[in-house]
Amino acid sequence: MKHIKIISNNIFEKDHQTNCKECQSSCQSACKTSCTVGNQSCAREEKINKKEADIIK
Amino acid sequence: MIHTFSYQHKNDTLYFLWDIESGSLHVVDYLAFLVCKEHYGLPLSEKEKTDYTSFLMSNKKIALDEILILEGKGLLNSEPKVTNYVKSTSLVKSLCLNICHDCNLRCKYCFAKDGTYNTSKDYMSPEVGIKAVDFLLVNSKSIRNVEIDFFGGEPMLNLQTVKKVISYARSKEKEHNKLFHFTFTTNCTLLSEKSMDFLNEQMVNVVLSLDGRQTTHDKVRLDKYGKGSYDTALKNAKAFKEIRGDKQYYVRGTFTSLNLDFCKDIFALAEEGFDQISIEPVVLPEDHPLAIKKEHLDRIFKEYDFFADKYLESRRLNRWFNFFHFMIDLNNGPCVNKRLSGCGAGTEYLAISPTGEIYPCHQFVGNKEFVIGNVYDGIICQDIRKTFSKNTIFSKSHCENCFAKYFCGGGCVANAYNLTGNLNGEYEIGCMLTKKRLELSLAIWAVEKLSLQ
Repeated sequence: MKHIKIISNNIFEKDHQTNCKECQSSCQSACKTSCTVGNQSCAREEKINKKEADIIK
Repeated sequence: MIHTFSYQHKNDTLYFLWDIESGSLHVVDYLAFLVCKEHYGLPLSEKEKTDYTSFLMSNKKIALDEILILEGKGLLNSEPKVTNYVKSTSLVKSLCLNICHDCNLRCKYCFAKDGTYNTSKDYMSPEVGIKAVDFLLVNSKSIRNVEIDFFGGEPMLNLQTVKKVISYARSKEKEHNKLFHFTFTTNCTLLSEKSMDFLNEQMVNVVLSLDGRQTTHDKVRLDKYGKGSYDTALKNAKAFKEIRGDKQYYVRGTFTSLNLDFCKDIFALAEEGFDQISIEPVVLPEDHPLAIKKEHLDRIFKEYDFFADKYLESRRLNRWFNFFHFMIDLNNGPCVNKRLSGCGAGTEYLAISPTGEIYPCHQFVGNKEFVIGNVYDGIICQDIRKTFSKNTIFSKSHCENCFAKYFCGGGCVANAYNLTGNLNGEYEIGCMLTKKRLELSLAIWAVEKLSLQ
């Protein structure tokens, strides 16, 4: 496309919508974790990435 | 729904289209930016209106065709995929243990009233702490990763209980197929070599409270005698960082109306060698002398813009560090359910007072209206949990059309309650700051991803 560059697409439609609840609880209030909902990573995705990295090694 | 925004990067202006419901981000040229706004009925400034009319119709058509292709693929102006959500009240995966309601500091903005939470200066006994672990073991059901945050007051004042709680929890991990993740929040002033070794070994994350420059820190983080705590806190925080290696920690500070030039505080921490930094706006009622007020917002927005620029430069050139409020990952972010459920206060995340009462989160501790139960009898007042389970972006009218809703999960429910008297209320200043930071986070992510530097 001439005028538009897609940077990310459909981030809410990935295949890891498991609601597995294994990721860190988030809290954006006083003195705590500073983890808002959006700045966390999917724990399952992290596990998959780690597994792939281990296989490559 | 679409949100459009721009970011000034060096001598270039970057234009963005953000599709709220799919989370798709597009960098566009100025023509497509204006065509998009015009096509979807978004307000154009006077200058934009003039500029829009100056473009050739044929070029506008090419840009519009591209926009319509994106729309056809569900990457622009897409429909909401979920329209209602109620959080589960049957699981608990995270506990905040208020290890003691006492503190050796007298920080001027402390929401916990010098660590006491408006209660007596109680210290959690090992017995209460162990009961809290048992409560978590039972109520986390099949969830393997469970969390305990040690909080205060200053939890270093009751390290003996912390040690006993950890020892007990570890002894139960195998039997219950659990993995405990411990976090510790400290003002750093009471850390010793021995306690640092213990925290380093046992904690998955350690939060070190420092506000930045000495002049900033010592105005607000005082000891009982009114003396600034910067020298001791910094010395210990640096020593801890040294032994911490690659393990998680971060320096967490607060900016107030006294240091709206907080970029200098962030860089002061980076210059001291810290590479995980969070400096956050204070949350206080408007009549408090340190409160962030609406009239400060323009100044703060400019400071965030200035900081974003310096942050990108620093990460690229000489000093990489992570600023928590600009952290975003559009590839491996949390699932939609996580985004909808927000912080989990009152449902999967609960706080325990030193005497064993259960509250929706640490910020509600001491408010008897919100006692959910206790560690001996478990959940007694399920109605309070049910109220919190319905507290999502769908219960807040101000979230409906907000472009940040899937990134803040509806914001901090305690801030909403404390400042508006309503769990679903809008803490407007907090929302405006969140939106500003999200725009910058997206822009920074795009700049670094596209290597536009």
